[in-house]
Amino acid sequence: MGAPGEFNLAALARYGNDFLAEVEERVEEGEWVKMCMQCGVCAGSCPFGPDWEHSPQKIFMMIRAGKRDEVLASDSMWMCTSCYNCVVRCPRKLPITQIMHGLAAYAHRLGLAPKMQPTRRWSLLFWDNCTKTGRVNELKLTLGLYFMDGIVAGFKQAWTLRNIGLGMLLAKRLNPFELIRGHECKDKAGIHRMLKKAAEIEARKRGFAKP
Amino acid sequence: MADPKYAAYVCKGCGIGERIDADQSAKIAEKEGKIALVRQHEFLCNAEGVALIRSDIEKEGVTHVAIAACSRRAKTEAFEFPGVALARANLREGVIWVRPDTAEARETTQEMADDYVRMACAELKKMKVPAGNPETGRSKRILVVGGGVSGLTAAVEARNTGYEVVLVEKQAQLGGWAAKLWKRIPEREPHAAPVDTGVQALIDAVTQDAGIRVYTNATLAQTSGAPGRFKASIAVESGSTATEEVGAIVQATGFSLYDMNRLPELGAGKSPNVMDQAGLESLARKAAPKGLPIRRPSDGGEVKRVVFVQCAGQRDDTGKHLPYCSGYCCNTSIKQAMYFKDANPAVDTVVIYTDLRVPGNGEDFYRSAQKKGVTFTKGSVTGVEASGDTCRVSFRDLILDEDASIEAADLVVLATGQVANAGVDIDNPQATDANGTKPISILNLDYRQGKDLPKLSHGFADSHFICFPYETRRTGIYAAGPVRRPMDIAQAKEDATGAVLKAIQAAENAELGRAAHPRSGDLSFPIVQLEGCTQCKRCTVECPFGAIDEDEKTYPVFNESRCRRCGTCMGACPVRVISFENYSVDSVGAQIKAVDIPDEFSEKPRILVLACENDAYPALDMAGMQRNHYSAFVRVIPVRCLGSVNTSWIIDALNGGYDGVMMMGCKHGDDYQCHFVKGSELANSRMSKISETLKTMALETERVATYEVAITDIKRLPVLIGDYAKVIEKIGLSPMKGFA
Repeated sequence: MGAPGEFNLAALARYGNDFLAEVEERVEEGEWVKMCMQCGVCAGSCPFGPDWEHSPQKIFMMIRAGKRDEVLASDSMWMCTSCYNCVVRCPRKLPITQIMHGLAAYAHRLGLAPKMQPTRRWSLLFWDNCTKTGRVNELKLTLGLYFMDGIVAGFKQAWTLRNIGLGMLLAKRLNPFELIRGHECKDKAGIHRMLKKAAEIEARKRGFAKP
Repeated sequence: MADPKYAAYVCKGCGIGERIDADQSAKIAEKEGKIALVRQHEFLCNAEGVALIRSDIEKEGVTHVAIAACSRRAKTEAFEFPGVALARANLREGVIWVRPDTAEARETTQEMADDYVRMACAELKKMKVPAGNPETGRSKRILVVGGGVSGLTAAVEARNTGYEVVLVEKQAQLGGWAAKLWKRIPEREPHAAPVDTGVQALIDAVTQDAGIRVYTNATLAQTSGAPGRFKASIAVESGSTATEEVGAIVQATGFSLYDMNRLPELGAGKSPNVMDQAGLESLARKAAPKGLPIRRPSDGGEVKRVVFVQCAGQRDDTGKHLPYCSGYCCNTSIKQAMYFKDANPAVDTVVIYTDLRVPGNGEDFYRSAQKKGVTFTKGSVTGVEASGDTCRVSFRDLILDEDASIEAADLVVLATGQVANAGVDIDNPQATDANGTKPISILNLDYRQGKDLPKLSHGFADSHFICFPYETRRTGIYAAGPVRRPMDIAQAKEDATGAVLKAIQAAENAELGRAAHPRSGDLSFPIVQLEGCTQCKRCTVECPFGAIDEDEKTYPVFNESRCRRCGTCMGACPVRVISFENYSVDSVGAQIKAVDIPDEFSEKPRILVLACENDAYPALDMAGMQRNHYSAFVRVIPVRCLGSVNTSWIIDALNGGYDGVMMMGCKHGDDYQCHFVKGSELANSRMSKISETLKTMALETERVATYEVAITDIKRLPVLIGDYAKVIEKIGLSPMKGFA
């Protein structure tokens, strides 16, 4: 992946102000955006509806209106919890959840996603944790989440949940030695090769620079 | 005709025999009803029972039959005896099914049954077998006014059914608006792209058919007569007049586009690049057949961006423009956007809409346009400004709730709507239409009620919008296509087909001297005793169908073929000289008088219910079928329409000691459901004046009540009756008992 700023400038140079075309080519399921008929059922179905800045309906309208900066810097698509209510209800059968995640990933790739957005940070934490060994190290992931906002906040969180942790330890659902050297996938190198290949394919399909 | 011979039959089937004393009812028919031949039967509608009646008709010479069994709406085929007058006493749906089967209810239930038998016998004595309208016309040709898609389709469909057609078109060419289109909205799968209009094939089918006489450059100078014998004087280009006799008329005079010059705020007239949808069609017809792209009219420049403005001068609530949606324009804009996208996907096409309305299979067409990359923006356009060869379109984005604009639009297409070409407003002949022009008459009818069809709303020609869309208030004249409501080609074709079939039915019924819809097949017609007439003109004014003209001395002249047999004239007549052979002031009056009125101290009130036979009476029957009980104090008489209710019935009933009168008719007003359009409304206004009469009789105004009832009011009606019975209980029994 090239430097984010560079990548954004390249995208701008390629699509100019035709943001819809950019979304159609580069965002996962982006070719569906033009099929939205603005009924608003997605906005009404979303359990997080009141907490978003822009509903999916508005996001689609903004994409068609060419509001590139506003869409990509929005934290709306990061708020999606993947409940799929909108996908089930959309009369036009748009894969709205997938589009939301596609937009989020694309905004992140461009470096335009809101830096401190908690979902974005959590996603990165999870991705690094998971891809390193090919397996999720739950202890490290949990601790990473606890200490995401600093040491004091981390200890506070750990203290609040101490009984649950203890219980898990006694039930052998939590192995403290994972902290030192977690278990790994048998063919770690193979996983890494696979991820690299997937990134290559994505870059080729979406017209990104080679990773 | 030989002397009348009366017979009455009391059926004991369906539980009637167990619930009421049939011997007593039979005795009442014999003694009080003075019926010579009275029989009881266990199961009257079975083959044996029907054969019994038939044999009495044949061997005993019975001419009038009263059947005390089920509702007049049930077993109509079994109890059909041609040439015999028939009265029915409704003992099943009207009595045993609406009464509880208890010992204490038995007495009042029996009284109810006895009264219905009395009423049927009394009605029977006043009935004659209708002979049919002698003033029949024999022409079955169909006159089609208008040679657009609706008119051409009507002509072709009439020919397919085997009827000859006379087609009159004002323009020099046939085809109307459709002939001016480049392509049309698809009506078949896959609804993906504009298709050929097919109008040439339609024109060829009409011009090559020897059974269709086509007059182009022609108008109707006068239309007179009635169904089966209309005379149309057709003014042709040479100045001469041709006369054609026709049986029925289809008016398919279509629409004019709303004049876009009334929309200067949307850039109309400011730049040749701002046009209405017809303007774009003409550009497409010039360029597309040669395979050339559509170019900017102002300078012939390349078109890179087109903006379609929906609802231009439509759905306007300020009162300045059309208040309604024309229904076809969203699909048309989608089609026109495809003209560009199909030729060159790089052209930017934006449709700005507030609500995209795509009837029929338009959703598929809309989806296809989205796939092709037509942009749909939900917004309302606030202004179009021309500068140089492009325009700036400002609008309010209704999703993002902000002001926005589209710059450098090469073409702006305004989706203006349809204004009906429906002729003059007969209530206000000087009125202008929505385009500000004063219409000229289309049909030039010589009716006293005016030269054209009445208008329903927004200047569209008459239509019984909710129940029978092709029916107008002029019998034998049917409106089809955009003249009666805004519509597209597919709908207009369907409309024309329906209307022409109604026209054929009207011509056929006229030949047989029968009524047209909704009393199709009815042989009775109004008979007036002119020696009693006071020339008050109420019947001529109130007839909803323009069936009655006036002679030089302002006596009414009935045109039976134009009559729908609703009886509104009979209800209107203050001197009671209008009647039908089987339905008259006397036949209903006799039923009212036949009811046995218990005295003032009996605590048994009698409530007369006059129920419209189209909606209220079936609803009462269905209440019975569902065993929804109601008061035993009501006596229901079905009437053809509440409009046929003569005030004398009400006065007679109250004088005769009835405690209250409930009148049940259909919904009236703008969204009326009255089969006869104005009947229930007229009845309502007549009854609003009855309170004065009640006061002079020293009676409470509550004693007459009018209700709007729909056929679905199966549960509501028993409640209404119950509530009214309580009102009567509260104000007490009528003091008029015992004087009649």
